[in-house]
Amino acid sequence: MIKKFIENAGWPRIIIALFLLALFVAAPFVGVRVDTSLSNTLVRFGMNGVMVLAMIPMVQAGCGLNFGLPLGIIAGLLGATLSIEWNSEILAKLSELGTLYKISWLNDLFLTTWREPIGFASAIIIAVPIAAILGWFYGKLLNRVKGDEMMIATYVGFSSVSFMCIAWLLLPYKHPTMVWGYAGKGLRTTISVEGYWLHVLSDALALDINTENIHLYVPTGMLIFFAFVALIVWIFMKTKTGTAMTAVGSNPEFARASGVNVDRMRTIAVMMSTILGAVGIIVYEQSFGFIQLYMGPFYMALPAVASILLGGASVNKAGILNVIVGTFLFQGILTMTPSVINSYLQTDMSEVIRLIVSNGMILYALTRKVRAGR
Amino acid sequence: MRKIFDIIANNAVPAVFIIISAFAIPLSGYSASYLVQELLTRIGRNSFLILSLLIPIMAGMGLNFGMVLGAMAGQIGLLFICDWGIVGIPGMVLACLIGTPIAIVLGIFCGHVLNRAKGREMVTSYILGFFINGVYQMTVLYLMGWIIPITNPTLLLSRGYGVRNAVSLLGIRGILDNLIPTIITGTQGTAQFVNINGGKSFIMMQLPFLEGSIRIPLATLIVIALFCIFIVWFRKTKLGQDMRAIGQSQSVADSAGIPVNRTRIIAIVISTVLACYGQIIYLQNMGTLNTYNSHDQAGMFSIAALLIGGASVSKATIANVFAGVILFHLMFIVAPVAGKNLIGDAQIGEYFRVFVSYGIIAIALVLHAWRRNREREAARRSLRGNKGDE
Repeated sequence: MIKKFIENAGWPRIIIALFLLALFVAAPFVGVRVDTSLSNTLVRFGMNGVMVLAMIPMVQAGCGLNFGLPLGIIAGLLGATLSIEWNSEILAKLSELGTLYKISWLNDLFLTTWREPIGFASAIIIAVPIAAILGWFYGKLLNRVKGDEMMIATYVGFSSVSFMCIAWLLLPYKHPTMVWGYAGKGLRTTISVEGYWLHVLSDALALDINTENIHLYVPTGMLIFFAFVALIVWIFMKTKTGTAMTAVGSNPEFARASGVNVDRMRTIAVMMSTILGAVGIIVYEQSFGFIQLYMGPFYMALPAVASILLGGASVNKAGILNVIVGTFLFQGILTMTPSVINSYLQTDMSEVIRLIVSNGMILYALTRKVRAGR
Repeated sequence: MRKIFDIIANNAVPAVFIIISAFAIPLSGYSASYLVQELLTRIGRNSFLILSLLIPIMAGMGLNFGMVLGAMAGQIGLLFICDWGIVGIPGMVLACLIGTPIAIVLGIFCGHVLNRAKGREMVTSYILGFFINGVYQMTVLYLMGWIIPITNPTLLLSRGYGVRNAVSLLGIRGILDNLIPTIITGTQGTAQFVNINGGKSFIMMQLPFLEGSIRIPLATLIVIALFCIFIVWFRKTKLGQDMRAIGQSQSVADSAGIPVNRTRIIAIVISTVLACYGQIIYLQNMGTLNTYNSHDQAGMFSIAALLIGGASVSKATIANVFAGVILFHLMFIVAPVAGKNLIGDAQIGEYFRVFVSYGIIAIALVLHAWRRNREREAARRSLRGNKGDE
């Protein structure tokens, strides 16, 4: 029984889970509060969850781990920046609607309480079609390079990020909070979303207990949003298309023989991954408070990839549970190591531990003999 | 039609680069002698690193992104000689001697890992680079000066352990490049360069059409030439032939009695050790070691340069290496200035350069995978008997 469990879970996962447990146990002894640590872990879980979900469709469709996540992130960044750029126009248009239909209370809502949610929604609404288009091209590309998806995805991500570095400088953004003050053009490296949609999900229905003995903060809205997206993905994977997608991933020849259009399924999967990446980064930013442009998204794929693998996914099989477990473990370690290890050793080893854990996990998944080649 | 397509696909990357350079050179406004000087320096600096990639490609293991492992080993060697204060050629040799065993161990590890991930060597070696980077950082940032004795205080962070971000390699700076001082001067620049080495004898040549003067890192170039000869010779040995056979087909090589896994490990070990030497040569030219970044860039730039030289994932020659260094670094030199002169922003040229480095690797990988899939398709079709179109 125990042996079977270990076999199923895999040694690295168990070691890391025990490590995390040990960190939580050790925390009170070195003066780190468990409740704040837990709150931080939950916040980080919500921030990163959707980006980790973005791995599922591509893994299931046999396209491997989505190292090209930065492409989706770029779509998200475009949505985020454009939502700020056009914020006042969008609100003005909406309130016009309110005036048109003579619903003044709606008009007021648009300009007050709903202002920030509308900004956030507009970011997502702008980002999704961009992600869909980019994802379509990306999917077509990956269909031509079957067997080498992961390496190419990595470099597609890298080159799109560095291409966008040029674009961020040249695109005609005008909004004063976003462009460099002295030149009046070119986007800044980090843009604050304060006053637009900062914490719009995190603080919705948030549980914030702040007494003398306990400091607990649960970003309920963000977690509900994650659950909602996860549910959509789960339902989608159960539909006819989703099942066909899984079939393509587990045995492309068989899927083709049963009349599934392999390339089409793969393209849809890549598009979904890209869209989820775009939504994921916007969720991340509303909690983090800043939009990070230029080289910001460069290495963002690795933590997401490591998370889902940590949760028990393999290179060609992944589910929602893997995402939840993996993100929690990975983000837990990221939260706990700096605080606990630092108070113990008086040094900041978190960066190094992050490097070793995340890449060690990916390495472990890549070297496991799941299936003998294609 | 297919043939024409193949020729274009095979040479598209270098051709695009020649065109870009042809536009960018006049835009940059650099003089010919400046460009030649810079290129010679960069050939000396980078060729060895790039050459270390050839052997794994020969063994069919793709681009060895794990070469950064070797680079890290070389850097550890350099850190020790800096600590011990050994300068000059003995310092370099000692750094190589310290780096070699580390590189061998890392290479064997890398080889075993890659044998477990056949068919996706590249992405695995790429992630392995990151993983070992974590171990390297742990060693250098925490263990050095704490468990591993480092006594020189200029090397350590103020907290007493861990190596500084930038380490000056003044002791071995340019030591190999200037071992045999060589200067080519134009007709005008003769006199002023006689004093440069303070009476030390140096080889001097005069070329009539040149303005100014050019220093040649002759000793480095000789080392590189020797290494090229080594590769040519190595291809003809039993081991080299085995590797080529494995590169063609692992199963056929296996049935022919070639120990596939072992040979693949040897290929990676050779590559890692050579990358270690390559990094030492690179850093003696640079003169400063960015403890936590130098190796990262080494891998990316070497691979980009090799691909730009017209190599593919499965085939790379010595000529590709040199064509690649020249084209890639030509763009490296001129792109920021050209960008500045064209759009008025040097930053754009800088980003363009980064974009091209990554983009070119992406394109080369895509072309390779695409071609391989097409060949596989064609092979399957010919097996089916109808050689024409579907």
